[in-house]
Amino acid sequence: MGAPDDEAEAGTSARGRRAGEVARARLVGIILPIAVFAGAIGLWEFIVRVNGIEPYVLPAPSVVIATLAKDWGTLSLSLLVTLRTMAIALVLATVGGVLIAVIFAQSRLIERSLYPFAVILQVTPIVAIAPLLLVYLNSGTAILVCAFIVAFFPILSNTTLGLASTDPNLRNLFKLYGAGPWRELVLLRAPSALPYFLGGLRIAGGLALIGAVVAEIAAGSAGQGSGLAYRIVESGYRLNIPRMFAALLLISLTGILVYAVLALVSHLLLRRWHESALDR
Amino acid sequence: MSSSALPLSRSSRPPGDRALLDAEEAKIEAAPLVTLAGVSKKYQNGVAALAGLDLCVRTGDFLSLLGPSGCGKSTALRLIAGLEPATSGTIEWAGGQASGRPSIGFVFQDPTLMPWASVESNVFLPLRLEGWSFRTASERIEEALALVGLPDFRKAMPRELSGGMKMRVSIARALVTRPSLLLMDEPFAALDEITRFKLNDDLMRLKQEMNCTVIFVTHSIYESAYLSTRIAVMAARPGRIIAEIGLDAALPRKEHFRRESAYLDACARAADALHGAMDAKDHM
Repeated sequence: MGAPDDEAEAGTSARGRRAGEVARARLVGIILPIAVFAGAIGLWEFIVRVNGIEPYVLPAPSVVIATLAKDWGTLSLSLLVTLRTMAIALVLATVGGVLIAVIFAQSRLIERSLYPFAVILQVTPIVAIAPLLLVYLNSGTAILVCAFIVAFFPILSNTTLGLASTDPNLRNLFKLYGAGPWRELVLLRAPSALPYFLGGLRIAGGLALIGAVVAEIAAGSAGQGSGLAYRIVESGYRLNIPRMFAALLLISLTGILVYAVLALVSHLLLRRWHESALDR
Repeated sequence: MSSSALPLSRSSRPPGDRALLDAEEAKIEAAPLVTLAGVSKKYQNGVAALAGLDLCVRTGDFLSLLGPSGCGKSTALRLIAGLEPATSGTIEWAGGQASGRPSIGFVFQDPTLMPWASVESNVFLPLRLEGWSFRTASERIEEALALVGLPDFRKAMPRELSGGMKMRVSIARALVTRPSLLLMDEPFAALDEITRFKLNDDLMRLKQEMNCTVIFVTHSIYESAYLSTRIAVMAARPGRIIAEIGLDAALPRKEHFRRESAYLDACARAADALHGAMDAKDHM
């Protein structure tokens, strides 16, 4: 009568082995990308050292980090300026984009009349608009407006799409129980549109940074600008290549941080119910 | 109405009053709740969904609108619910025109739950829209969920439930206002047959407990014959009623009703009416 027990044991150990394999695969999935990234940085350092490349041509990663530490006083102030521009632009784009999307949702006619403006702003490259804005506005405001323009559209278009995608039968239900348009908006259409809005917000976060950087570069020496992109232009004029890299590194890190924060917000808001955020 | 359908409680009354009570109850039973006269619905794209629909729904009826897809049965339901206006004709309620419309519960073909809200929030919705606070509604929510057999799922999210359970939540949401008229638009069409049979039995029990009138849209002859006290058979293009079939057996019915002659007879008559309408169309 030992056979079933043996089988059960065999089953348990097989399951244990499989669990071990899954854990190992997951570990490899984390370690491998980190190793590849570290390898690439190491290769860069190696090539620069072996070939004796001068830092004003291509600085080694170690030099970039050293510069970042040395110039932290200047660079951190610039980082704050860029972060501030980006954050204000993102908030304004969110408020404006959602507000206009709600107005669009009230009437097709309003949407059709105003949408062309939004599209024109979106398809015209921001680099081409920036110089014009710098003529009309002081450089700080112009940079903010540029970042706003690029961040605004994904929020507007996604939220508009979300508000229009409400389950028609749920709308019928609201009508049946005599709910007015305001309650329908708050209780039904807003939550329906939330996943779409958050998708737009994630795109807008990255674009706000790009908009701010592009506008700072367009403003260049004309502005009394002190953002990270301005530091890059300035360091370029002075052939301070390590500092260019250090500023670039900070911009990349900012972009990654913004994306991670918005992805986390999105996950926290949707994890209980939306397909996109469920654990599979 | 057959005597077997009458409530048992009357047996305690003096025998002399019986005839009178019977007559009175029959009158109450027969009181029309809503009458549709010559109702037509033409959509903007020119499709005539309904043409000259005449239908009288009496208080206490379990009325099935039976017909093939596209015969306008869902449209008729939406007109009765007031979700759309009729193009012509009148819909008159017991208490006078549209103002006399009683409280209505509506169940759609899909559960149409709000995926972001818990089961209790979904069931709370109709009361919330009527201005109730969650605290005062809590008992009603519990009652509605108990009625559909899901008392332990208040905090669950819709995605955690099976198709049949979602439909139960949807029914609880329709019942939470204690409606006197329940409108159901092919509620069980997407469910597997075993789940559907179970929900059919539960629905008949609910109807008796809630003491409400039901208008039930279905394309299943068997489902309509099993559930209804009256079947209105509809034909398409244009949507109209081609036959009415009465079933006297009392609700709730049990599984053995499917083998009784009244059930089989109703199925046969409904099938004949539907085939007749189809043949007539083929000859056109």
